[in-house]
Amino acid sequence: MAQAQAAATSVTLTVNGEPKTLDVAPWETLLDLLRERLRLTGAKKGCDQGQCGACTVLVDGRRVNSCLQLAVMRDGCEITTIEGLGGPDELHPMQAAFVKHDAFQCGYCTPGQICSAVGMIREGHAETSDEIRELMSGNLCRCGAYTNILDAVEEVLAERNAPKLEAAE
Amino acid sequence: MSNVHPYVGRAQPRVDGPLKVSGLARYSAEFAADDLVYAAAVPSTIAKGRIVRIDASAAQSAPGVVEILTHENRPNMPAEDEPYKADMVAVPGGPFRPLRDDRIWFSGQPAALVIADTHENARHAATLVKVEYEALTPEVDVSNARDRAYDPPEKRNGIPPPPPPRGDAEATFKGSVIRLEEEYRVSAEHHNPMELQATTVEWDDGRLVIHNKTQGVNNPKNYVCSVFGLDPEAVQVSTPFVGGAFGMALRPHYDLTLAVMAALKLKRSVRLVLTRGQMYTMGWRPDTLQTVALSAGEDGRLTSVRHEVIQATSQFEDYQEPTVNWSGLVYDCPNVTLGHKLAKVDTSTPSDMRAPGATLGMFALETAMDELSYKLKLDPLELRLKNYAEADQNDGKPFSSKELKAAYETGAERFRWSKRSPEPRSMKEGRELVGYGMATGCWEAMMQPHGASAALTADGRLEVACGTADIGTGTYTILTQIGADAFSMPIEEVTALVGDTRLPMAPVEGGSWAAASAGNAVRLACAALKEELVKRARGLDDSPLANASVDHVVFRDGRIALASDENVAVSYAKLLGAAEGGRIEAMAKFAPDKEFAEKFSSYTHSAVFAEVRVDEELGVVRVERIVSAIAAGKILNLATARSQILGGVVMGIGMALHEETKWDKRLGRIVNANLGEYHVPAHADVKNIDVIFVDEEDDANPLGVKGLGEIGIVGAAAAIGNAVFHATGRRVRHLPITIDKLL
Repeated sequence: MAQAQAAATSVTLTVNGEPKTLDVAPWETLLDLLRERLRLTGAKKGCDQGQCGACTVLVDGRRVNSCLQLAVMRDGCEITTIEGLGGPDELHPMQAAFVKHDAFQCGYCTPGQICSAVGMIREGHAETSDEIRELMSGNLCRCGAYTNILDAVEEVLAERNAPKLEAAE
Repeated sequence: MSNVHPYVGRAQPRVDGPLKVSGLARYSAEFAADDLVYAAAVPSTIAKGRIVRIDASAAQSAPGVVEILTHENRPNMPAEDEPYKADMVAVPGGPFRPLRDDRIWFSGQPAALVIADTHENARHAATLVKVEYEALTPEVDVSNARDRAYDPPEKRNGIPPPPPPRGDAEATFKGSVIRLEEEYRVSAEHHNPMELQATTVEWDDGRLVIHNKTQGVNNPKNYVCSVFGLDPEAVQVSTPFVGGAFGMALRPHYDLTLAVMAALKLKRSVRLVLTRGQMYTMGWRPDTLQTVALSAGEDGRLTSVRHEVIQATSQFEDYQEPTVNWSGLVYDCPNVTLGHKLAKVDTSTPSDMRAPGATLGMFALETAMDELSYKLKLDPLELRLKNYAEADQNDGKPFSSKELKAAYETGAERFRWSKRSPEPRSMKEGRELVGYGMATGCWEAMMQPHGASAALTADGRLEVACGTADIGTGTYTILTQIGADAFSMPIEEVTALVGDTRLPMAPVEGGSWAAASAGNAVRLACAALKEELVKRARGLDDSPLANASVDHVVFRDGRIALASDENVAVSYAKLLGAAEGGRIEAMAKFAPDKEFAEKFSSYTHSAVFAEVRVDEELGVVRVERIVSAIAAGKILNLATARSQILGGVVMGIGMALHEETKWDKRLGRIVNANLGEYHVPAHADVKNIDVIFVDEEDDANPLGVKGLGEIGIVGAAAAIGNAVFHATGRRVRHLPITIDKLL
């Protein structure tokens, strides 16, 4: 116990807009810190080794597998989890599109899928259905909601691109 | 609000959707507790043998360690098997018990449990526990155990053994010119739900609130009460959300036993989350060796069917699933012999996995039927229609409903099956060979006794409840729809509750029986609540409904009104105001109609059509599109129903092309126990899936529901395999169809 405390390092993270200063052990992952210390259990643990994408969160706007990040590596970073994207009464457009298209069943991979989709759109490489499928392939869904997830992501992408097209005209 | 359309039958968005997409739906590992400690299991590194010595000294002095439990120091547990059979899904044999003694039955079996103040400290200390073993040579390959195959002496409760032979399949086969006999094999699979198997036990001065990943809260409750001798009043299991299960969470697993053991020992709250690798140390879809022999006349009519399986099971239990029975009922045939044998291997016990038995057996049968169609030079669909069964010949009963012909027709039309050129290797696009294949699917439409309640609450809302589970199937939503329709209420004013032992009794959620069983139970509870409300309305002083009966009133707009004159009414508010606790509740029990079941056989059916593209140079197979036409009675919710079928089809793609649990045969250890090397379908593997529900009226229960959880996967792998043959001319009888099998 004493040993663990001696090894702790102070880290400041901005989580969903709120600054948090925490003493963390150097081996503590960002995912475990979010889930066990901050009670932000929206980020899910599905494999703990970067193979399933359920733990995807946005770090400085980029999608990241939080199980592969040590919390100490992210000192000073801005973290957005699914809870930070929107709550049940004020859903982010991607969250609303997931509900509309029944883009999940058990819901366990869903926060990761949504954070990943938001990050992917921001990256700006996804145009076609095949590109979306490829770029979302790091997020597994065992319930097999893939076609519905694609529909949800395409809808949000189209809405995002719509004003641009009008402006171009 | 008085003109609310019926919700049942619509594509109603999931009522739990907003919670799930905002990360607020809480799963078993996500409940907080004061003074919580974390447990980690130490997996055995051998597959067979004994523990000689455990040196926990280094682990004991590691930071934060609270306790280390092994078979040598664990609390007393019952010695006999019986208490462990409180598991309502137990199979014949002696159930596995973690930390029972020094014996190792399978690789990864927990040899010790470390409990520490943090997750990290528990995990670290678990690596410091030194276990010395005396290892024996394991056998994990069912094909090597073939000679030791046996008929299970005790049949598994609820699983029909193969029916006795009819006619003389052997003699007919021998005398036939058109015939085939082949062996089919489906590699072992693991369920791999996204949520890790986990238990959080909240200790509250001897009272336990357990959050356990389960497909039915009453099963873990009964189990821990029986095994640990606990007072049922002092144990609550609460699992409102389950992150996928597919059969894996039917039986209690060692996370439950160990977490409760630790909580009782330490008198503290405990969390045990298994690792992804440890999820390969429990239930799996058994490796099977299947022989199918078919013969037919020149007219394409089947003259004999023989289907025999040797299915893997563990050394300690005789797990059985209905693998071959389908071959006696899907097609019309006078001579049928079916057989089911087991062979023991040194693994954990297999378990039900989405459409257990049917998924495997129908793959073999439907691949053999495809092979037969080429021998007969008949269109594969035509062959199915020629042998269409109008009655269940296994049981000698008519079907309660069977719109499979409509499924074949609408599926074929949507798929444009008529564009298929019959010869293998005759269709090509670019550098890819194109193949069309089809198959039939079948699953039994089952029901189980369920309890339910319906209540008007102080705020005027309707609450319907049942102790079943929603594992992603949409149970919350369909129960809400049924409640809203019963009271003509907007769906927003209805709450459904599942997944808690405080709710009316239900068994595990599985076998596709939850929608029909819980749905009808809630329907009955709503009817009982209406009776109760009318009774109370009649009893009011100067009641305007003093002579009313439930048949002569309508329930809407927050009131009970006479159907003949809706101005004569009593408001729910008035009744609630007079009710104790401001709540009026009614209970009901649903049980399947035994008389009906004696007269009729009830099954769901599907017609699955697949188009594949095969790059011959690279051996890569892509599933371009699937059409799945389903005949499954009344559809309660088009959105969640469609999702069930999509999910089944996607798992079928995995079974056909990707999924295979591989053992190191020397060590008996699974070498791909992770999601990187055990490939489940990813986004890029899934293109177009078209789901069709054909109209089917069924009278087996008042809602006309048959269930959808399993049928989507049945036949999917055979349709894909048959399409691969059509594309390439190469028949792969051992799934998955990986690149090496095509090059």
